[in-house]
Formats: sequence, C-alpha cells, structure tokens
Amino acid sequence: MVTAITSMGRSGLHDWLMQRVSAVIILAYVLYVGGVVASGVDYASWKALYSQTWMRIFSLLALLSFGAHAWVGLWSVFTDYLTERMLGAVGDKLRFLAQALSAVIMFTYIVWGIQILWGL
Amino acid sequence: MLQVSIYRYNPESDAEPYMQDVQVDTGGKDLMVLDVMEMIKAQDTSFVYRRSCREGVCGSDGVNINGLNGLACITPLSDRVRDNKLVLRPLPGLPVIRDLVVDMSMFYAQYEKVQPYLQNDTPAPAIERLQSPEEREKLDGLYECILCACCSTSCPSFWWNPDRFIGPAGLLQAYRFLADSRDTATEERLAKLDDPFSVFRCHGIQACVNVCPKGLNPTRAIGHIRNMLLTRAT
Repeated sequence: MVTAITSMGRSGLHDWLMQRVSAVIILAYVLYVGGVVASGVDYASWKALYSQTWMRIFSLLALLSFGAHAWVGLWSVFTDYLTERMLGAVGDKLRFLAQALSAVIMFTYIVWGIQILWGL
Repeated sequence: MLQVSIYRYNPESDAEPYMQDVQVDTGGKDLMVLDVMEMIKAQDTSFVYRRSCREGVCGSDGVNINGLNGLACITPLSDRVRDNKLVLRPLPGLPVIRDLVVDMSMFYAQYEKVQPYLQNDTPAPAIERLQSPEEREKLDGLYECILCACCSTSCPSFWWNPDRFIGPAGLLQAYRFLADSRDTATEERLAKLDDPFSVFRCHGIQACVNVCPKGLNPTRAIGHIRNMLLTRAT
C-alpha cells in the first residue's frame, strides 16, 4: 500500500511549501552562478569566490534545497508509478528500494558537497 | 457515413475488451454524440452505456470521445470528429463493467470522504440561515457540479492514486462547503485534507478544467483549499 510515512514532512502542505521554497533558492543560485560564469571566470576568481563564507553558505543552502526538492519530487513520482496498483506485489518493494537508493545518493552528494566547499 | 469505433467488453462472453468498427448514417447533420450512440444501439441492442436526461443535467453519459472526456448528450460531433472518425471509450481509470459503463465506486468513495453536506451544530434560526449576496456569490462555480466524473477520470493523479487522492470533483465539493458561510466545520474539514495525498497530489495540470462540461474550474478551487491550509498553518 502507498503510505505517507516516507514523504518528507508527513504533511502535504509541508512538502508543498518545501518544494516551492527550495525551488526559489535553487533558481537564485543557478541564476547567480550562471551570471558569474557568463561574465567570465578564471581559476583565481573562482577560488576567491568560493573561499568567501557567504558563498559557501549560499552553496550549502542550494545543495540542501536540491536534496529536499529531489526528495519531495521523486517521492511523488515513485508513489505514482512504483506501486502495487501499477506493478503488482513487487511494486512496494521496488518503491522502497528506489527511495532508499535516492536517499543514499542525496546524502552522498550533500556530504561530498560540504567536503568540496570547505576543502576538507 | 460516419466511421465510429466503439469500445466493447462483455465480461460474460469476451476474454478481453476490443474495438468494434461501425458505420453510422448521420444524414450530414451535426448530431450530438449521444444521438450516434442511440443509432448504434438501434442496430445492435447489445451495446451498453448509461444515459438519462439527454440534456447535460444528470451527468450519466460521461464518456471518452476521441480521447477527451465529455457528456455525449451535449457534445456535438463537430466539436470532436476529425477526418470523419469518432472513437468512443469508457471514462479512463475506472474498472469497466461492460462496454461504456464504468464502476464509479472509487469516485463516489472520494466524494463521500469530503462530507458533502452542510454542517452546523448551532441552534437553527426560526426561518433560515441567512447569507449575504456576497457570501452566496462565493458558491458560484462550485455548486453546479453534476458528478459526471469527466474531470476526475481525466486526471493522471486520480488514475495512479484513486484510493488516496480525492480528485478534482471531490475537491471542488470540499471547497464548496469550506467556502459556505453557513458551514461551521471548516477546521475539521481542513484537518482531514492536510496529508500528502488528499489535496496535494494535484500538480495543477488542469486536465479537469479542460474537460468539465459545466465549465467549472476545480484547479482554482484546489488552489483556494491550499491557501486556506496555508493560512491555517501559519
């Protein structure tokens, strides 16, 4: 059975709001970094930009937003298509597997991202 | 001669559904789709569909006409027929009982969930519960729904989760009672809609708005519900 226990915040409103807020943050980040790249960068200016604390915070915020956005979005997709209704008994197992896999991937990206940002 | 392709399925004799080709002489007139169905039934009495009022009031003859849901009785051939071809299928997403007749249990179960009746436990006034014209106006575009299921059965979110997503028809009615100044159960109603499925499976693609034979806008009503949930939570 499709249940809400693996949704991000258990509340539809919470997930909906999270999806919108994270989308705005990601958009702001992509526009800013896109603008920087478009105006021309070299190694020195790129390194200088990312050695500033505010840029690291902004990047981490965008990365966490990306994780949350992906979780809410993929949760919707998985609970639409990987279900008992669509695939029979194997549906629920496949969905759990897909969710676990995407959780591990997102967790990896976030930890890896922190490592890159702070040069650990 | 109009080329008509109809979905046929009789669980007592057919192993699986099939499409049957029929030719209908419309005499060059722009008939309603229901007229064509009646002509087919005159040729072959085993062809089954629901119909009643034949004027878009009862909501019985919702069918999928050339890929788009609609009421057969008020959909003229000129609206849907291209290249002289008419394809009739049952409403998508619901179990087929026979030919164009679908089992609407899941649809009604969702309608029942929103408690589509006025709730007010305060003592009834001597004559009636009054509404101002402005309060009454809020119900326009909501109360006209005839529950034909054209909207909910054209909604992919309802196809995938018909047991948990209330669907456009049910949500339109949910908002009809949330918006009613005489109803006092607003808080209880909203509390039941906050889960990730009931309302929030709507992704706003407006397939429901596209097919509603009464010209109603469930997506807008769902947006109002979302705003009420947001106001309540913040």
